[in-house]
This record gives sequence, structure tokens and C-alpha cells, in this order.
Amino acid sequence: MPTSQVVADQHAHENPALLHHFETEAQQKNAASLGMWVFLAQEVMFFGGMFCAYLVYRYKYFADFGSASQQLDIRLGAINTVVLICSSLTVVLGVRAAQLGKRMALVFWLLATIVLGIVFLGIKADEYAEKFEKHHVPGASFSYHELLPGQEKLPPAERQYADPHHAEMYFSLYFAMTGMHALHMIIGVGLFGFLAYMAWRGKYTPQYYTPIENAGLYWHFVDIVWIYLFPLLYLIDRHR
Amino acid sequence: MSDHNSASDQTPEHEHISTLGSSIAIWLALLAFTGLTVGAAFVDLGPFNTIVALTIATIKATLVVLFFMHVKYTHEKLTGLVVVSAIFFLFILLSLSMADYTTRLWR
Repeated sequence: MPTSQVVADQHAHENPALLHHFETEAQQKNAASLGMWVFLAQEVMFFGGMFCAYLVYRYKYFADFGSASQQLDIRLGAINTVVLICSSLTVVLGVRAAQLGKRMALVFWLLATIVLGIVFLGIKADEYAEKFEKHHVPGASFSYHELLPGQEKLPPAERQYADPHHAEMYFSLYFAMTGMHALHMIIGVGLFGFLAYMAWRGKYTPQYYTPIENAGLYWHFVDIVWIYLFPLLYLIDRHR
Repeated sequence: MSDHNSASDQTPEHEHISTLGSSIAIWLALLAFTGLTVGAAFVDLGPFNTIVALTIATIKATLVVLFFMHVKYTHEKLTGLVVVSAIFFLFILLSLSMADYTTRLWR
């Protein structure tokens, strides 16, 4: 009898989620986990390119970026940060429920994560709508006439205004970075919807919950991206 | 394989299950740092505003990676290697790019 047949026969008594090319569940789980971490390392480089572009232009158009940043609503940004941190907690509780084999608790925490994700996207959509109304979306109808940070303290004749082209660069980066982040959120919400359905069907057990754990890693990564986007986009030059 | 068969009925013992208390403590710490970074943005710290904001963001990111993503509890060395190399290559990307752009006007 070929070795693979022996292994396959042995596998037949075990966890049906254990694929035939893995020796043990732990090995299968480690392989999946490592694959997820390598994917996240690639995501770091993907977002890293945009962070690098931001850094170069923030250095180059320092005060104009400060001016454009103050067009964002700091309260909405802070609320969204809190929403994302809460959604990270619901993911942690979901993974914990999966590890403990609590099926309905797992479904509940996955649905809670989806709700928080949608709240985040709703607030983001509201912010985007405001940018369209104020013509702060880069393109043909872009218009910008705002003071540089701290200029409102000066007499009107001496006040300096931000260069609209430099502000446009800020908003280009703002839409590119928050847009890619929001796309990741949309994918995450879809992913968690699928997982909630499969969890409700009882697919995940304390022996096999790798998809829950890996989707959780993805969600936490997206949270970390926002943790950096929030101070870089919303909080610059507020003290001036 | 026989040892493994007997163990496969239970949760693998190397898995870390985070406790409710520690998860909520990390969550509260993340919320506190968010409040702190918003507050610090309105205080004039001169050139240190950006440094403070990025330091707080990095503390928050570290908390998420270590505790929420279970890196602190993993026995798999490769996970740590991937995390460290991702940060290392991001650092190379940012530092070498800025080493170029910030020195272009030097003569």
C-alpha cells in the first residue's frame, strides 16, 4: 500500500478539516498562519509605498498639508478610531469564542464586527460627501482657498494662504490612503459575513478555527493602518 | 501518530486563549492612547508634535500586534521573523527615500 494511502487512512479517523498533505492539525494551522503573516508583510509594503509618498510630500509642502488637514473633522476621525478599536476587541472575543467552542457567541461577535465595520464605512462616506460638497476632491473641479495654519491670528493684510496645488496633493494622498483602507474594510466586512454564515452552520470547532483566526489577523492589520492614518491625516498642525 | 490521535480530541495545548480581562485591558489602553494622541495634537510641542503622535501610534500598533494578534504568545519563531522583516523593510523604504528627498538641495 502506498504511503499516501496509509496517511489518508489514518486521516480518516481524525478531524475532517485536516488536509491529507499535512501530518498534524498543528502543522496545518502553523502553515496557514505563516501564510497569513507573509500576506500581511506584503500588505505592509503595499501601504508603505503610500506612507512613503505622504512622508515625502509632507516634508516638501509642510504648511500646506497642515492647512488641508484642518479641513478634516477631527471628531469624526476620533470616533472612527474608537469604532475600529472596538471592532478589534469584538474580533478578539470572536476568536476566543471559537477557541472555546461557543458557536452562537462566535456568530454574535462576528456580526458585531460587521456592524462596527459598517458604522466606520458610513462615517467615512459622510466625510467623503462633505469633501465633494466643498470641492476638495482632486480633479477638474478642485478649488481651495484656505489660510496656512496659524495665519488667522495675523492682521488680514498679512495672512498667507495655502497653495491650492499643494493642498490638492494632500487630498490626493488622503483619498488614496483612506480609500485603500476603506476597500480593505469592505473586503473585511464581506469576509466576516461569510465566516458568520459558516460559523452559524457549525463549521468551526476548537480543533479547527483557522479561518476565524486569519480573518482576525487581517482585521487587526487594517486597524493598525488606521492607527497610523489618524494622526498623520487628521492631527497635524492642530496646535498652531 | 498514535500519540497525536489521542490528543486530537482536545484543543491543542500550545494554543493561547486570551482571557476576557486582558483583552478588555488592552482595549481600554488603546482607547486611552487615542484620547491622549488627540489631546497632545492641540498642545504646542514644537517639532515634537509629530514625534509624540507617531510614538503613541506605534505603542498602539505594538499592543495590537503583541496581544490582539497573539504574537506575544506564539511559539512559532517564523511569525516573529516575518513581523520583524516587514518592519525592517518598511524602515528601509522610508529611511532611504527620505535620505534622498531631504538632501537634494545640499551642495
